[in-house]
Amino acid sequence: MRKMETTTPVEQQAPSARVVTSVRSAGEDEGAVNPTVFDIENLSVFYGEFKAVRDVSLAIEERKITAMIGPSGCGKTTVLRCLNRMNDLIESARVEGRVQYHGIDLYDTQVDPVEVRRRIGMVFQKPNPFPKSIYENVAFGPRIAGFKGDMDELVDQSLRKAALWDEVKERLKESAMGLSGGQQQRLCIARAIAVEPDVILMDEPASALDPIATGRIEDLMQEIKQEFTIVIVTHNMQQAARISDMTAFFTAEVSEQNDRRTGVLVEYDKTEKIFTNPSNERTENYVTGRFG
Amino acid sequence: MRTFQAAAVVSIVVSALIVFSLIGRAVSFVTEVDLSDLAAGGWFPRRSMFGLPTILTGSVIVAGIAMLVAAPLGLGAAIYLAEYARPRVRKVIKPVLEILAGIPSVVVGVFALSWISPQIIGRLSGDAGLFNMAAAGIGVGVLVTPLVASVAEDSFRAVPMSLREASYGLGAKKRSTTTKIVFPAAISGVVASIILGISRAIGETMVVLIVAGGTGGAEFSLNPFNAGQTMTGAMAALARGSDQVRGADQAFPSLFFVGLLLFLITLSLNVVSERYVRRVRQKY
Ligand SMILES: Nc1ncnc2c1ncn2[C@@H]1O[C@H](COP(=O)(O)OP(=O)(O)OP(=O)(O)O)[C@@H](O)[C@H]1O
Ligand SMILES: [Mg+2]
Repeated sequence: MRKMETTTPVEQQAPSARVVTSVRSAGEDEGAVNPTVFDIENLSVFYGEFKAVRDVSLAIEERKITAMIGPSGCGKTTVLRCLNRMNDLIESARVEGRVQYHGIDLYDTQVDPVEVRRRIGMVFQKPNPFPKSIYENVAFGPRIAGFKGDMDELVDQSLRKAALWDEVKERLKESAMGLSGGQQQRLCIARAIAVEPDVILMDEPASALDPIATGRIEDLMQEIKQEFTIVIVTHNMQQAARISDMTAFFTAEVSEQNDRRTGVLVEYDKTEKIFTNPSNERTENYVTGRFG
Repeated sequence: MRTFQAAAVVSIVVSALIVFSLIGRAVSFVTEVDLSDLAAGGWFPRRSMFGLPTILTGSVIVAGIAMLVAAPLGLGAAIYLAEYARPRVRKVIKPVLEILAGIPSVVVGVFALSWISPQIIGRLSGDAGLFNMAAAGIGVGVLVTPLVASVAEDSFRAVPMSLREASYGLGAKKRSTTTKIVFPAAISGVVASIILGISRAIGETMVVLIVAGGTGGAEFSLNPFNAGQTMTGAMAALARGSDQVRGADQAFPSLFFVGLLLFLITLSLNVVSERYVRRVRQKY
């Protein structure tokens, strides 16, 4: 496996990728188009024989919040987990097509998935803090990455960015399992931030939380989008409309060969356009609540 | 429903009877024996030498050596099965471990005498006789390994997948995920597996009887390459009659005293490990 060498090409190619790549689906007239972080081309994902997602192509821009919406089972999680090779952990999962990250093919045999996940962090649907202290939860990622600096400072900063510091500063040594669900999820975000990733993937990060905790997570995302590219899967259309810059709408189609449903990307555009004036009828039906 | 209740009541009554008969006879042994005999420099019941230190240290030495074998092997196997083995490999290895757990201890005892003692212990120490505590310890370790492996594996499997994903998502490798996340999260189960292993090792008899060399009595010794006697070995030898002679009237009653001691030790170990196991179940 090529290890840290992946660093070099990423860093070298990033600037040129920034200049050259244009964003395909975004309207060119309104709003700034940021450089591309992920360029997904004809991505299909299989679980064993089952094709879960077919021919997805989209480009995700830097320092924007990109939302993935669509009915249950349409493959949002599956696509998201392709972006940091989390699907490698599922024995039966197989990927076709290409996912380029700053111009690097993420599925190249030379690319080390461990390195990929260090740059592309993830926050899960259910808060999953480690059964360790709050401090240790945040320090874990930097520590395994060989962080040599001031750990206290890093933990402090990460918790502040995740808007959790004030609530936990007195009890950093206490178990994270004693926090509320919303606090646990913010801790998971702090933990992801602490490794200073380039991208944070979030899979329905607020679905297990009450409205107040959800609001805090949404505010927090607005804060940290200055620093990170965020891709979020959500079931909640108001949430997508509120927080995201770009929205991808997926749906599931019954395939010809068997009657299992395969996810497809229907429309990808600026969030405003998707929710006010979508090009595709299926998108319109979905966002207006006439379907799914 | 009634039948099950009756079965439960009967088993409780039987256990209570066993304990009471132990206590009664153990007490009468203690009141009648010359207490200085309990501190004798060896365990020779026929000569009225009931040196408790001999059989206590014998048990500790044998169980200790057993755990030196069973803890690394059992935990290693558990980690491999729970974290590394592909489902297909696991399907083969798991039953093999179960078969291993079902080997009669007398078979392991004979194996310890005919192979472990001459081939392993004989090579480690030229002075060791064929009968020694070290060979017994290794044999008991072989017996206990599957138990440790299976309890520990269950506790690794009880660690939710979401914790592993969280770790991988932060850029952890498999190895650090296993050692820094899964293992600590399962630590109470690991401790429980070790305690259960110790309890089982202290209670193991047949291997000791065959290979430790304590039948007929043993001198006090801390050297595992020497012959020695354990609590279980002493009891078996007494019960079988080989450590009794007519006239030495305290020999047979000492059986109950040692039995009670053994019962209390394993009971407290099991209670402690039960508590740990319960902690595993509550955690997530
Ligand atoms: N590990 C897996 N093995 C087999 N099939 C899977 C696996 N994970 C997901 N699938 C299937 O792939 C399809 C897409 O699942 P996915 O979880 O990506 O959908 P989703 O859009 O995230 O749904 P939801 O909104 O309910 O979370 C579904 O049909 C699902 O059953
Ligand atoms: Mg999902």
